[in-house]
Amino acid sequence: MTMSSFVGIILLLIAVEIPGSFQHDRGHSKFRGPQVSQTAGTPWPMPLSYHTQATFTYVDAGEFKFTDVDESSSCSILEEAYNRYFPLIFGRRPETLFFKSSFKAPTDAMTELMVKLEKPCKDTDYPMLESDESYTLDVNGNQAMLSASEIWGVLRGLETFSQIVYQSNDGGFVVNNTQIVDKPRFNHRGMLLDTSRHFISVPILMTNLDALAQNKFNVFHWHIVDDQSFPFESSTFPNLSEQGAYDPETHVYTQTDIKNIIEYARMRGIRVVPEFDSPGHTSSWGYGQPDLLTKCYTGSQPNGQFGPVNPVPNSTYVFLKSFFTEIAQLFPDHYMHLGGDEVSFACWQSNPEITSFMKKMGYTSYSQIEEYYMQNLLNIVGGLGKGYQIWQEVIDNGAKVRADTVVEVWKAGWEAEMEKVTKLGYKTLLSTCWYLNYISYGSDWMAYYGCEPFNFNGTDAQKQLIQGGETCMWGEYVDGTNVISRLWPRASAVGERLWSAKEINSAFLAQSRLTEHRCRMVRRGFQAEPITGPGFCREEFGGV
Amino acid sequence: MRRIVLSWILCIVLSIQVVNGWLTANNARSPLLSILVVSTCCVSRLHGYLTYLALRMPLKGTRPPPGSPWPMPKEWNPTSDLVTFDPDNFRFSSNLMNCDIVIQAIERYTPILFGYKGVKKAAGLSPLTELKMTISSNKCDQYPRMAMDESYELSVGDTAELTANQVWGMLRGLETFSQLIFYQDGQIFMNKTRIIDGPRFSYRGLHTDTARHYIPLPILKKNLDAMSYNKFNVFHWHIVDDQSFPFVSKTFPELSKKGAYTNKHVYKPEDVADIIEYARVRGIRVIPEFDTPGHTHSWGKAFPELLTPCYANGVPGTPIWGKYAAYENFDVTKEFVYEFLGKFFAEVKEVFHDEYIHMGMDEAYYRCWQSNPDITAFMQERRIEGNYSKLEQYYAERTLGIISDLGRKYVIWQDPVENGAKVRDDTVVMVWKGGNTAHEDHWNSYMEKIAPRGYNTILASCWYLNYIKYPPDWEALYTCDPQDFNGSQAEKDRVLGGETCMWSEYVDGTNILPRYWPRASSVAERLWSPKIVKNTTDAMYRIDQQRCRMVRRGIPAEPILDGYCGDYDWGFGDVDTPEVDKPPTCTGGFRLEGRITLLVLPLLIVFVL
Repeated sequence: MTMSSFVGIILLLIAVEIPGSFQHDRGHSKFRGPQVSQTAGTPWPMPLSYHTQATFTYVDAGEFKFTDVDESSSCSILEEAYNRYFPLIFGRRPETLFFKSSFKAPTDAMTELMVKLEKPCKDTDYPMLESDESYTLDVNGNQAMLSASEIWGVLRGLETFSQIVYQSNDGGFVVNNTQIVDKPRFNHRGMLLDTSRHFISVPILMTNLDALAQNKFNVFHWHIVDDQSFPFESSTFPNLSEQGAYDPETHVYTQTDIKNIIEYARMRGIRVVPEFDSPGHTSSWGYGQPDLLTKCYTGSQPNGQFGPVNPVPNSTYVFLKSFFTEIAQLFPDHYMHLGGDEVSFACWQSNPEITSFMKKMGYTSYSQIEEYYMQNLLNIVGGLGKGYQIWQEVIDNGAKVRADTVVEVWKAGWEAEMEKVTKLGYKTLLSTCWYLNYISYGSDWMAYYGCEPFNFNGTDAQKQLIQGGETCMWGEYVDGTNVISRLWPRASAVGERLWSAKEINSAFLAQSRLTEHRCRMVRRGFQAEPITGPGFCREEFGGV
Repeated sequence: MRRIVLSWILCIVLSIQVVNGWLTANNARSPLLSILVVSTCCVSRLHGYLTYLALRMPLKGTRPPPGSPWPMPKEWNPTSDLVTFDPDNFRFSSNLMNCDIVIQAIERYTPILFGYKGVKKAAGLSPLTELKMTISSNKCDQYPRMAMDESYELSVGDTAELTANQVWGMLRGLETFSQLIFYQDGQIFMNKTRIIDGPRFSYRGLHTDTARHYIPLPILKKNLDAMSYNKFNVFHWHIVDDQSFPFVSKTFPELSKKGAYTNKHVYKPEDVADIIEYARVRGIRVIPEFDTPGHTHSWGKAFPELLTPCYANGVPGTPIWGKYAAYENFDVTKEFVYEFLGKFFAEVKEVFHDEYIHMGMDEAYYRCWQSNPDITAFMQERRIEGNYSKLEQYYAERTLGIISDLGRKYVIWQDPVENGAKVRDDTVVMVWKGGNTAHEDHWNSYMEKIAPRGYNTILASCWYLNYIKYPPDWEALYTCDPQDFNGSQAEKDRVLGGETCMWSEYVDGTNILPRYWPRASSVAERLWSPKIVKNTTDAMYRIDQQRCRMVRRGIPAEPILDGYCGDYDWGFGDVDTPEVDKPPTCTGGFRLEGRITLLVLPLLIVFVL
């Protein structure tokens, strides 16, 4: 960012009235009018290099089009992106815009964005962990050029372009002279959604994918099943959802649903990493797959309760191999998440079969049998040619994993854990500080914004192993009624932490830009809630 | 096969709940009777909802049968006998069929009862064809009032009858009737039931702040719908505050012209009338709050002379950051202020119909007044020098006098009384402090200070819904009882009720409804139901049923337990299409047939874009 844009933001902040006194009795600050002013036409997350000048050009909404510099390098991903971004820039329904646009653009207004894609894209391309998302964007007078090496960079650049065009008070759309050179700080910028504690419908998942793309996230970590329900409709084992879903007819994701989600995400440059968590968090598997779970005992008799997956019998691994073969085919991403968190040993301890197996194997602790299970599972999935993402416990328990494993750190004390996992040489993700299901009063986004993944003791080489992070929404208290408003724009704070340079870390400087960003999301139709105190959006959810 | 077995298991579980629900309401039944009910119910093959994971992972507490009302009626006697309805052959009748409140209630509740796709009468049961609604006053009241009668009796047997003294009781009874209905496999059921009901408190309020964020009209209306589903009867509209002045005054149009966030973030006279009418036919009073003399910065945008110039170094209109702004609080020494308020409230009286106006009077901090030499001189003249609560008292006396002269009554926040000001005896005092850590004292200590002074009171302290934490927090809301303070019976009798508040620093149209509901439902039961209805483990399932009921009716009420509602869960069928000109719509009720919808949806979205 240049000095000039810094100064601009600081001036905007000065425009905010300073409070007379701080009375917090009612939780009211005594700021008057909007607590935080909004920027106009600034991007979120902040690009790596962002130079902008006060000179602006009108953009002619009537004439505007996207133009391929080389049409032969285009593909359906790009064409669909153009279709999406036109209404995102100019409003899907112009009559809902605050400024009624009877505005007639001047003849020298901008009429096109040139798009230069170096590596031709194919209709069948999928985003990957290693994808190149860099791009440059140059707006000079009525000329605008977006260039990128890969299609994924073009998608990110289109989003940025759509954000720097804004509507001025005369109703015209304008864009400031701007030069942007941008690429993400981290390759893995993910969001976990839990669809087991509460089912989240496909349309809402898609709405959320739109929001993810507009915040430059690139991974949808789909925590699809858990103890509470099994909404995944397996073609190999249809009984799993038939017996384990809340409702096997309505509260399930069919194979078609899943393909649609993956396709919808792919079009937006988002990977879908499914998580089938085991051996714990598997109660719902047990209804459709009898004998998979460990029987818990009281004294010498099974008591009707079930524990984690039974790691002893061969049938367990026969099932897992067959099940994960289906998953590997259905989900195209190289990685799948294998869970491995929070395994309770109480049931294993009660079960005589486990006890005798441990004796036979010479195990002295239950974490060894957990490791035995995970090792078998990892070998099965590795044998399918897939990489895996796992929760930190798997490494803590000492399992040997593939070299390309991505370890996700989620517990408190993440600094020490990151140090340990990177010392072992694994790619690492952070999610501890970004659990959005935890809510508190006020501007909690600042804490998410301030969490710096590099804040642990380690060499540069260790820090290079940090692939990024994930923000998590566990589903105990969210469903379609509130998940979008609880996620956004709080997740946007994480979006910027993972995309922008480490030095872009002042919540104070970010808040005016975030306030604009949230109103931009509202204008685009998302229930993005207010998080910077009293104020307003020109276009409100529910209308003005 | 599995379904049949499940339904039988459920049948037994639910039957137990029938009796338990009964116990909660009536507080005494013999175990023998429960066995009887279980056996008869299972013979009649009552199906239950498979709503809770808890069937597999049992939680404590007792589950209510489907069709359990919220808030709990005073007396609820369900039997195990079922009736059904034929949507094509059912009518409401009343001795007041020409009363607009009755007519519109029938129009509202018909789709609520039968509006779900494909529901039909249950096979093997003879349908009830009529709900006979008798309003014994024989009077079509126009506006709900503090003293209205909301009691009713409802009996559903071989015939269905609802009797009430006034139309307001008829509305509450109709809501209860609509909650007794449930659907199984597309068939309509209701247990034969007898209910005798009336509210514990006459004032059951819900407060919305539309100044810190503007709340669009369609959202306010949705919220009024939800209020009526929970038997709230007062919408306390905190319409203006420091941050913005969205109320459009005809007398002083500059107020909103200069004080609103924008010229679109306003409530015009026709908007206000629209809200009042919408509330009226639901038996909900609309009490506007025009908070003075503090919280008035937005008034000063158009009328700076209303505000007190704060002084620093002898210069008026000079802020001392951290202490006061350049201008704060009305300058209560100026006659202009009272002339202005006289005209302003004369208009307010015309616009709002309720007998009460909320006059605010909270957080009028003294520091700016203290800095102002003119105010000091004024106080010297009146021999109240240094005693700023007397200045507050002077202001209260003058302004409440204005309201009294207009023929209206008033509610104020606790502050002046707490500060020692004596206000008019007929003032209703709203206690708001002590519900959270910001205040040293618990709310009951404030109540104990204020109640003995003879005022009627309303408690709000424990129900500030803007404060959030990791759920569940509904229990804390549920267990707060406004009469749980040390005081005489007379003092407790002067508690008119309570109010749940939503200050809008962090809410607007995007999130306000799921933040209210079903948390506000906790407060609704506390204020409506008998004091003894307070078992949270039992209430947990019933409030969850109420939340699903609200979801079905188009209110995005958030979950408080793991599980699901049904094929009407939010986001099923039609997407909550993100369009800024559209309020969140009811996505409940219908599920588009088959997977084809989900298949074509992405294409559709792309197409629309």
